[in-house]
Amino acid sequence: MLELRNVSLVYPDGGEIIRDLSLVIPGGKLTVVTGPNGGGKTTLAKIFAGLVAPSSGSVWLDGRDITDLDVTQRARLGISYGFQTPVRFKGLTVQELLETSAGRLLSFDEMCDLTGKVGLCTMDYINREVDGSLSGGEIKRVEIATVLARGTRVSFFDEPEAGIDMWSFNGLVEVFGSLKRQGMTMVVISHQERILEIADEIVVISSGQLRDQGPMEEIMPRLMAGEIAGHCPVGRKVGA
Amino acid sequence: MKIDLLNPVSEKLLGTVAGFKGEFKGAYNIRQDSGCAGRRSTDNIRIIPHREGKPGIEIHVATGTPGETVYIPAVVSHGNVEDLTYNDFYVGEGAKVTIVAGCGVHTDDGGTAKHNGVHRFFISRGAEVRYEEKHIGEGGGSGSRRIDPVSDIYLEEDASLSIETVQLSGVDESDRVTTAVLKARARLIIRERLLTDGDQHARTRFDVVMEGEGSGCDVVSRSVARGRSRQEFFSRIVGKARCTGHSSCDAILADEAVVTAAPQLDALSPDAALIHEAAIGRIASEQILKLRTLGLTEAEAEARIIDGFLK
Repeated sequence: MLELRNVSLVYPDGGEIIRDLSLVIPGGKLTVVTGPNGGGKTTLAKIFAGLVAPSSGSVWLDGRDITDLDVTQRARLGISYGFQTPVRFKGLTVQELLETSAGRLLSFDEMCDLTGKVGLCTMDYINREVDGSLSGGEIKRVEIATVLARGTRVSFFDEPEAGIDMWSFNGLVEVFGSLKRQGMTMVVISHQERILEIADEIVVISSGQLRDQGPMEEIMPRLMAGEIAGHCPVGRKVGA
Repeated sequence: MKIDLLNPVSEKLLGTVAGFKGEFKGAYNIRQDSGCAGRRSTDNIRIIPHREGKPGIEIHVATGTPGETVYIPAVVSHGNVEDLTYNDFYVGEGAKVTIVAGCGVHTDDGGTAKHNGVHRFFISRGAEVRYEEKHIGEGGGSGSRRIDPVSDIYLEEDASLSIETVQLSGVDESDRVTTAVLKARARLIIRERLLTDGDQHARTRFDVVMEGEGSGCDVVSRSVARGRSRQEFFSRIVGKARCTGHSSCDAILADEAVVTAAPQLDALSPDAALIHEAAIGRIASEQILKLRTLGLTEAEAEARIIDGFLK
């Protein structure tokens, strides 16, 4: 179980990104975080992964306060984070990056399994460098594979659908469904209806605040109604 | 054949720069402290003393050689040696050959250990040559470890040469000068990997002239500069006909190191297509952060990035 308690993030100029946010993300489930662009979704995920330090409040994993742990320590505790904008590495091949992720050498079959899940053919990509020669869609799939390779108890995926073609997207939805059945805790930042539909839980973040949270069956109709009415996907402010 | 004339320092250096494990299979010439420690020719590869009376050797690869490897490493195993050698390669038409060169310099005292190899490559029509070269400096002495390779390359029609050169540790001073002239449809590929540290200084100069229609070259240098080391990279690619040329210089900076990169492209034909890319800077913080999200410490992440970059 992941938890934020009264977390705020304030820029030095006084601008607030996250405002006194308290949130519980259930363990062993697929939670989709959605909401308008610029609302604080990515920042929220980065606070959990340790990439961004909150100005105040605390971060918890399975009852343990991890606020003061750095990125490496949180990764070793079992938190993975797939970047929205993947990082490129000159010289590192897809295989080397995935082996770095897994913390061990990977067999050809394991590589096939991993790359296959994100719609890449191993033979074509195993020795490709993770550099500027990969397209936006290709590097995004490699990024997702780095998270899958770790197989940690908590995985964050930040807009995994961005740049992914329709065919690979279908496979990706299946992968999330499969991980969900294995009882992994997954947090996916997404606007995609197909991903929202397979969520156990939906969290709506807007203007740095929790606007809505609940089971998919409960939240989806409100989101859809909001969209049809032309409003932001905002139901109500939780606790307001 | 066991090579008895090698001293232990040389044997270790040879292992590092040329994969030596007590013997070489096929043709070889081992240069140790300005002398010859062993030589063997084969039916296809003949190694003889330099015919112009200069110190060094000539390597003659027979026309049509189907794919052989020749080893020509050089080592300086102690201080106060300033070795100069001239090696000329004559590769016959259609031959396929791999040349494993490599140089190690070692000094345990205040004397300089220096190797200066002057190479000329005469590569005939349709021949395919791969040239592998590793440079290393070793020993605890205060004397300078210096390697200054010079390569002059002549590629005839349809010939190709692929050079892989690596210098990752211990060389205090190096000045590499490579020139090449390419005839029609000839190909030249150069991959340089370089790491300098401490007060080391490395200078690289590539000068490639593409004279022939359809010729092409690809020169890629990747380097890491640490400590107070200095690196200079100069490349000049000249296109005199319809040809394609690409050069790239990527350098990672750390500590107080400095890197200079000065690419030059001379398109002397309207059909010459020439490209240069250069990027110099510290390791991007996002790269470190990404690897830390995979469980690596900052130091481990930096080492992983540099290992991959120089691989």
